Amino acid sequence: MPLVKYISHDGNINEIDVPVGDTVMQGAVDNMLDGIIAECGGSCSCATCHCYVDPDWLDKIPPASEMEKDMLECVLEPQDNSRLSCQIKINEELDGLVVRLPESQF
Amino acid sequence: MKAQHCVIVGASHAAAELCIKLRKEGWQGRITLVGEEDYLPYNRPPLSKTFLAGEKSVHDLLIRHATAYEKADVDCLPGIRAEAIDRENHILELGNGEQLNYDKLVLTTGARVRKLSLPGADLGNIFYLRSIYDADQIRPHIKPGKHAVIVGGGYIGLETAAMLKSAGMRVTVLERDQRLLNRVAAPEISDFFTRIHNEEGIEIITAADVEAFSGDEAVQAVQTSNLGEFTADLVIVGVGVIPNVELAEQAGLAIKNGIEVNAYTETSDADILAAGDCTFHFNKHYQRWMRLESIQNAVEQAEVSARTLCGLREEYDVIPWFWSDQFDLKLQIAGLSEGYDNLIVRGELSQGRKLSVFYFSGEKLLAVDAVNSPQEFMFGKRALAQFQALDRERLADTDVSMRDLLLTS
Repeated sequence: MPLVKYISHDGNINEIDVPVGDTVMQGAVDNMLDGIIAECGGSCSCATCHCYVDPDWLDKIPPASEMEKDMLECVLEPQDNSRLSCQIKINEELDGLVVRLPESQF
Repeated sequence: MKAQHCVIVGASHAAAELCIKLRKEGWQGRITLVGEEDYLPYNRPPLSKTFLAGEKSVHDLLIRHATAYEKADVDCLPGIRAEAIDRENHILELGNGEQLNYDKLVLTTGARVRKLSLPGADLGNIFYLRSIYDADQIRPHIKPGKHAVIVGGGYIGLETAAMLKSAGMRVTVLERDQRLLNRVAAPEISDFFTRIHNEEGIEIITAADVEAFSGDEAVQAVQTSNLGEFTADLVIVGVGVIPNVELAEQAGLAIKNGIEVNAYTETSDADILAAGDCTFHFNKHYQRWMRLESIQNAVEQAEVSARTLCGLREEYDVIPWFWSDQFDLKLQIAGLSEGYDNLIVRGELSQGRKLSVFYFSGEKLLAVDAVNSPQEFMFGKRALAQFQALDRERLADTDVSMRDLLLTS
């Protein structure tokens, strides 16, 4: 099962096995992680599962839809590597993925 | 202190949040979740969209998977109905004849669909849509070229209409009021959605007084008192929901339009709390009592419940928000528009698929309806929370981006 490394704003690291087909958001929610709120349950409607994808992994993830891009522009502290974690589906290629979680979601 | 037992009734969105939040806040005792349905708590919004279309499975729908409840040491009892509360002895009576002793009880019983009691309403192929079971019943009847009639032009009706149309059905929506979404949105938004649905080939009939259904075993037509009849191979009724308050009512708890709770989500019995669609509660931002049908409210009230149960007194204080997906349209709503007296529209009403409406009472922003305009939604959410005075002229000017407005407000 692919391993995803979630790094919280204070540097705390959680390594979690996320089943192929689940999203980065779901992996956090199923493991009681703080830092991903995911209010809308993954329908790209709330922007409370914002994360920063480690730049080394960005090109392995399909690009954001226009809707996601628009939402990301208005989150607190957006960066070039901002994504909504509910839109990142895990596959074998993403084994080792590193995401950082913004302070505003804690 | 002896470890306490918290029993949660109703496997709803509020329940899924509460179980986990209770552990995070430090609840040491047992947690038991009793639910009437056969499933762990699941996301209901996809029922009228991707789940009905067969694109998502039950696994995809679950808010948290079984492992999450195991990790949080929550006993889940699906498929069991709670029958009665014995407040004096702190006992919950279950439908399987067993009893659960509780120290704290949380009612997350949600709401159920309002059913029509019209002649022929029990014919075959007439469905409601609230559960996995409902969606599974409807799915085999989705057949290209066949005629679906939707009774009720609210969010559920319109979302289902869009899904059925996309699946190749002929679709008619019958709405009792003079316009779609009458209770929840401005006429501008109603007109916009009517236009989009018409452009997609959906027949929208307003001011339709449905009075009966006819057919042999299965429905063949929907009859109105004022506009004749509409042939139908499939009927889906979406005319609102009723809060599940009976358990609380029989136990003698205070009930209004829902189970009455205070700012800490406690009912009139301090050992019984309630969260989600079933509650009647006070909203500080809008300064009035209300009942909300929304995931956000379920999640936020569950969080307050968890803190209350763990001895942390933090008041519920949120600005409601909602969303609805229809075709490629994402409607996001921040705030409650009720009582507005003027509005600002950004975008074109009569063309395109992007629009936002800002609702005001005088100068005060009440709510934002944003269609395919997530920036307007996010801006509105933040503006509502921070009580910023808005530059109305710039807000009405679509050449000024929301990002600029955010930075300068």
